[in-house]
Amino acid sequence: MSRPTLAAALTSIVGARHVRQAPAERATYAMDGLATHRRLPDVVVLPGTREEVIAVIRLLATLGIPFVPRGAGTGLSGGALAQDGAVLIVLTRLNRILKLDPANRSAVVEPGVVNARLSAATRPHGLYYAPDPSSQSACTIGGNVAENAGGPHCLKYGVTANHILALEVVLATGETVVLGSPGGEPWGPDLVGLFVGSEGNFGVATRISVRLTPLPRAVRTLLADFMALRAAGEGVSAIIAAGIVPAALEMMDQSCIQAVEDSVYAAGYPRDAAAVLLVELDGRDDGAAETEADAVTAILKGAGARGVRSAKNEAERERLWQGRKKAFGAMGRLSRDLVVQDAVVPRSALPDVLETIAGIAARHGLVVSNVFHAGDGNLHPNISFDATDAAMRAHVEEASAEIMGACIAAGGTITGEHGVGLDKLRYMPLIFDAESLGAMHAVRRVFDPDERVNPGKVVPVHACREWARSANPGTMPRGSGAVNPGAPPRGQPVLAQ
Amino acid sequence: MTILDRVKALLGEGALLESGTDRVPRIAPGSPDAVALLLSTAHQEGWRVRIEGAGTWLPSDAPTDLALTTRRLDRVPAIEPQDLTATAEAGIGLDQLRQQLADRGAWLAVDPPGLAGRTLGSIVATATAGPLRQGFGPVKDHLLGVTFVTGDGRMVQSGGRVMKNVAGYDLTRLQAGGFGAFGVIVLVHLRLRALPRADVTHVLEGSRDELTQVAEDIAASGLTPAALELVSPALARRDRWVLAVRLVGSPTLVASDEAGLGRFAKLRAEEGHGFWMRLAEGFAVRPVTFRIGGVPAASDELLDLLQHQVGDEWISAAPAAGAIRWSGDATVDRLQRLRRTLAALEVPLTLERAPWTVRTAVGHFGAYREGAGPLVAGLRRTFDPGGALVVATDGE
Repeated sequence: MSRPTLAAALTSIVGARHVRQAPAERATYAMDGLATHRRLPDVVVLPGTREEVIAVIRLLATLGIPFVPRGAGTGLSGGALAQDGAVLIVLTRLNRILKLDPANRSAVVEPGVVNARLSAATRPHGLYYAPDPSSQSACTIGGNVAENAGGPHCLKYGVTANHILALEVVLATGETVVLGSPGGEPWGPDLVGLFVGSEGNFGVATRISVRLTPLPRAVRTLLADFMALRAAGEGVSAIIAAGIVPAALEMMDQSCIQAVEDSVYAAGYPRDAAAVLLVELDGRDDGAAETEADAVTAILKGAGARGVRSAKNEAERERLWQGRKKAFGAMGRLSRDLVVQDAVVPRSALPDVLETIAGIAARHGLVVSNVFHAGDGNLHPNISFDATDAAMRAHVEEASAEIMGACIAAGGTITGEHGVGLDKLRYMPLIFDAESLGAMHAVRRVFDPDERVNPGKVVPVHACREWARSANPGTMPRGSGAVNPGAPPRGQPVLAQ
Repeated sequence: MTILDRVKALLGEGALLESGTDRVPRIAPGSPDAVALLLSTAHQEGWRVRIEGAGTWLPSDAPTDLALTTRRLDRVPAIEPQDLTATAEAGIGLDQLRQQLADRGAWLAVDPPGLAGRTLGSIVATATAGPLRQGFGPVKDHLLGVTFVTGDGRMVQSGGRVMKNVAGYDLTRLQAGGFGAFGVIVLVHLRLRALPRADVTHVLEGSRDELTQVAEDIAASGLTPAALELVSPALARRDRWVLAVRLVGSPTLVASDEAGLGRFAKLRAEEGHGFWMRLAEGFAVRPVTFRIGGVPAASDELLDLLQHQVGDEWISAAPAAGAIRWSGDATVDRLQRLRRTLAALEVPLTLERAPWTVRTAVGHFGAYREGAGPLVAGLRRTFDPGGALVVATDGE
């Protein structure tokens, strides 16, 4: 079907204003927050109601056309890009909070509701939505569900999966299914848990029931600075090993500190520190928060902190957090392009892995800044570069792969909260064998037999063991699939020109 | 060649255990690979297999060609106290695992119903959380990853060993509470807590209504107890209903929280331990146990409904979490009627434990919402294409 014919059919559902087919309009949606991947969608459609979503998906099912659901486009894995004739379904117009239930600490929202707006709406009831990705002022709950988004405060309160009670989902066929229940108990197997983090491969969530969390009654925010990165990493391990679970435990290295301090987001971090830790503790009253803050201060000083100071008031607390949350933006000062990486290692491996990353950066002549969720070992090494320099692009590619390899070798994984999308496809065979990838592929086909929803993402199909045809699977050695980690990866990212 | 001869040839004599009263051969593979080999063969031969752990929770009564028990998969390959993670095979008893963790200063904050020796795999497969779900979440929140073997003998890894992980679909959550319908869990990566330095229990006796109100007040006060459980008199072995509060953490913070409890009576350490142990064991005694999950504000109404339809002699509830566990004797007809009534209120009922005749008629699951049934059936076919695993998922 030609683009104009398809656009006309979509227009009949959502109206002409909400279908984009001109190249300049479509170019707006060619990237997400990770600027190293670029795919131009064939057509972009913006339905305004769940009924329109269903009608659009039914139309595409009838025509056999693939589609990609997208929220605000703040993702960092190239996951919400449409390619090869796929239609991009943008869900930002479905932005209503349908129900607030303070008594049961829950809400029902449409997928396009912005994360921070939900917390703002629930705050008068003494509640908030706990997962707080750095992009929370723009990212949507639907996108958070697709990616199983995290954030600084997920250390204590859990990631998105811990806060989703129920979902209404439109499958690739246009059929609607309801997963989960208002109290969060599944009707059978935990299909909500399976759907969250499926990166749009299983369908489109049109109604999302979320758990809300009481606002903490007392908060203490500490800033500790260290003259050695290793000491900061050891401080993190010492806090966790002491049985203390801070609300957040974040780390920034010197490169990141300086980028922030040079920017409008300057937070007062000491410029000469090798690393700072931002530690937040909350409790039911000032005494409880203070007790934990004292304990953490002692631990950090024992680990070699040069100084530990507590935010004196809410304004200072917000300033300290703004520096952390806007750190990615501040890094725009370092170079014209930035690759935001995402990997997780065991907490105790943090000091060694950070040193390894510094070595990789030095070897490739790249600037790597670290700002990350240290409390759960979730690293975000950010590589600053100039995408117009082909040689530098090659170094970025190699360094990224080496960083992933170092994290895997330390017992970690390739993504903690950004998802696989397009960007991490090539690394999936490094952490899952062909049988396990085949299982994921088979599950995807239960939800979407024709693989029309967000095709080409998450599972590298070429690396999967065929699920239906294996003759004697029980006797096959694990990890012996047709995957050679050293082989040139397929599906590798294409750096922006 | 009989099934027994084939199994002996495959896994060796040591894998054969004494059969139960139903004379179904009981096979205890000694490694995950042996589980895969056995299920691959079962799939090819058309054998029907039931999954067992220690045999202390679900009755070993499903009519099958053989019983696969995980009890020889009892190793703990890794405990990492600094990272607060551990990897354990599915057949280890929770009591043994707890001890090994405690020796390293670590704690798994899960207190499932049943006897202390219940296997880890059983707890994960049935997602049977206990009172600690109030403070530490359901069973799935304690899992970093699992390795499982499908009904046709494929070994599948899901998740990992680190605190956060979104690489690929979360098949771990499918296995938690899958009752073995999607494979046999052989290895579990766990998220741990530091062994609490203070662990105290306070109880208050009274009428159900009165204690429900107290529980609501505690939840609203900002106190975050590890457990806040309303227990029926028979189950608590007291004359009246009991509201039990468990506080864990640092001595200073626990002491501060205790001060906010008012008229509760503090149990001595061994009394507190005994209280929670008896509560857990109480659910393994009567023939039927189920759980329901509603919204917190409906807890009282749901308790009334249960009292009216099946009685409330053996019951334990977390009013602030909306979770209720019931135990007793109930007919198939009554359970099916109750499930329908609850479904109309958007409250799922999961049959946790019952004789095979009840399980197969009622099903562990049921009353799926719109469109979910075909997905469950599709997943079942995917992970057990030949139907080798005998699990009463949906009932009749």
